[in-house]
Amino acid sequence: MDLLNLGIKSIFIENMVFSYFLGMCSFLAVSKKVSTAFGLGLAVVFVLGITVPMNWLLNEFVLNEGALSWLGSNFAEIDLSFLRFIMFIAIIAAMVQLVEMTIEKFSPSLYGSLGIFLPLIAVNCAILGSSLFMAQRDYTIGEATVFGFGSGIGFFLAIIALAAIREKLRYSNVPDGLKGLGITMFITGLMGIAFMSFMGISI
Amino acid sequence: MSTETIEAPVAKESESLLSKRRKKFVTDPLNDDNPVTVQVLGICSALAVTTQMKPTMVMAMSVIFVLIFSNLIISLMRNAIPGRVRIIVQLAVVATLVTLVNEVLKAYAFDIYKQLSVFIGLIITNCIVMGRLEAFALGNKPYDSVLDGLGSGLGYSWIILAVAFFRELWGSGKVFGYDLMGAIGFENFAANGLMVSPVGAFIVLGFIIWVQRSKTGYVEH
Repeated sequence: MDLLNLGIKSIFIENMVFSYFLGMCSFLAVSKKVSTAFGLGLAVVFVLGITVPMNWLLNEFVLNEGALSWLGSNFAEIDLSFLRFIMFIAIIAAMVQLVEMTIEKFSPSLYGSLGIFLPLIAVNCAILGSSLFMAQRDYTIGEATVFGFGSGIGFFLAIIALAAIREKLRYSNVPDGLKGLGITMFITGLMGIAFMSFMGISI
Repeated sequence: MSTETIEAPVAKESESLLSKRRKKFVTDPLNDDNPVTVQVLGICSALAVTTQMKPTMVMAMSVIFVLIFSNLIISLMRNAIPGRVRIIVQLAVVATLVTLVNEVLKAYAFDIYKQLSVFIGLIITNCIVMGRLEAFALGNKPYDSVLDGLGSGLGYSWIILAVAFFRELWGSGKVFGYDLMGAIGFENFAANGLMVSPVGAFIVLGFIIWVQRSKTGYVEH
């Protein structure tokens, strides 16, 4: 039940985009068409669902204070948490590469639709951000997995909704200075208000 | 006195430290080519940290530091980096610098470190840093790259400081924690939750973009 709650919280209430502004760069850049937004969203769900638990393992068995005690009592007092950033980003870059190669091998059609987005994702702040949040909040492995997938689905919903609105926006008359980025900012703000209505939901 | 003029030996003149071309590296990103409002890079952190001026200032300084030094380091190594692994080299350099900033803040400004939480770490994936490394530092001399980093950093800084100014002023009536609204006569300024919430950030940035673009005449199609 707690896991379900955490899932709902990470999808709706603490949505990556609307409450932490993570992944905004690709959120704004790749939301012009629903089909491409769908591809990117799917790739984000995929990569987040894998990297957050991976980074949890790394954090638990290598980086945290005393995490290396499984190597022997000499290592029990080592605290490598200052290496967190560099290790997380290395894991993410490596995992993205791996996922890309796996998909290319086993499902060329999926690779065709996700392929171009995967390299972009390595530097998407939503991915690194989720891992850092996971480390900061001391999740368990189950929570970390749910949190990873939940954040991904939240991003997926947000980017598809924005892309759908922007496709319709083509037919409206927007002032010159607001075209493109400006109006997208306002729309995102209004969507944020809508998402605020999920606040307080729990099962 | 001889009126004869002796022709100065024509030395290959080195470019002055602040020639016109170099000034452009610093001034262009401030307005016409602003990283946030024109190139649409680095929006995540631009919005997340801007509820108050003080953490925003720290964030701006951290980003300028990381930009300048990562540009310098990558530019010094540019001929030694094989093209295929450049992304991972860049990430390693940036992550090291960010770790440095993170540890310094943790030691000397713990309150602000707590407030910024994960967003210092997210400088690593700030697209401005990676964007400048890819687009500039890999192909230019170290000194030019430093200026370019400074320019982009300042362009980013003034936008986030502007957003933070309005959000803090309208959200809680303060500037840098000083009760400005109270000082100019609005004694009972009610805190405006909308400005402090993420929604306020989107809307303030939307207005800043609108004003800036109607001034520069830049239209996106």
